[in-house]
Amino acid sequence: MTGRTYPEEPVDSFPAPPETFTDGEGRTVTVEASGLADFEALVEMYEAFDPADRAQGIPPIQEAAIRDWLDALLSEDSVNVVAGHDGRLVGHAVLVPDDQDGYELAVFVLNEYQGAGIGTHLLEGLLGQGQREGVEKVWLTVERWNAPAITLYEKLGFERTDVESFELEMAVRLS
Amino acid sequence: MKVLLGMGGSPDGFDALDATVERARQAGDELTVAVLDTESDHAVDVVESRVQDRLDELGFGADIRRVSGHPGSSLVEIAESEAFDRIVLGGGQRSPLGKIDLGEVAEFVLLNADTTVTLIR
Repeated sequence: MTGRTYPEEPVDSFPAPPETFTDGEGRTVTVEASGLADFEALVEMYEAFDPADRAQGIPPIQEAAIRDWLDALLSEDSVNVVAGHDGRLVGHAVLVPDDQDGYELAVFVLNEYQGAGIGTHLLEGLLGQGQREGVEKVWLTVERWNAPAITLYEKLGFERTDVESFELEMAVRLS
Repeated sequence: MKVLLGMGGSPDGFDALDATVERARQAGDELTVAVLDTESDHAVDVVESRVQDRLDELGFGADIRRVSGHPGSSLVEIAESEAFDRIVLGGGQRSPLGKIDLGEVAEFVLLNADTTVTLIR
């Protein structure tokens, strides 16, 4: 494996969760740090996840596979934040450590909650929580056609680092 | 059917080898394994002997061939010049988050081969 490249300059600090805001559809949404305590609520959210919104094979579709996958995501070394509305989880963002001191990022928002700014708040909360926990380097891959996501990641300070694969790789330095 | 399996030594390649042998047995396919020099951590000699060992364990006879040069284009070239019916490749590695990363060879072959390509998951 070749090493990943990261921007030299760190981004400014992000506000750490919790945060309550009104989304673009007038719904009250709360973003907060998460972990194993949210395991069952996250299983429920991913069972409701639209398969058309999957990317590169995640989230898994079958409940047993979702549980295995969440076991890995909700480990102590990861950083998790969730978005809740009306007593259930509607979004989840996570940093999972790789084996080279970096963290891989992903964010998921239920279909009917997309396009209302929740992803932006989740990502800001996740990066803020990451900074609080001492995470320095974060990377992600995104499908090349997903222009809205790429624009959002760039607004948060991510830069394009690998432009030669199917998926675009982007990275940010948090501190 | 003449099947050409390309592998560079990563775990998904060995999974693909097992699946391809099983399928070849059922269908009576003629299998050629192309060991690719992917400039990764996997030395070609080592991969070649591991492939031979695995074929011996499975009790299946297949040609093993070392392929030098650009792995993707060499594989496409062999498949076309020797009239293979199908190219088989591993289905990619998983990232820490569980995302599938196809890898350079699969990307090149999928985009450039006229031969049918199977990815083994």
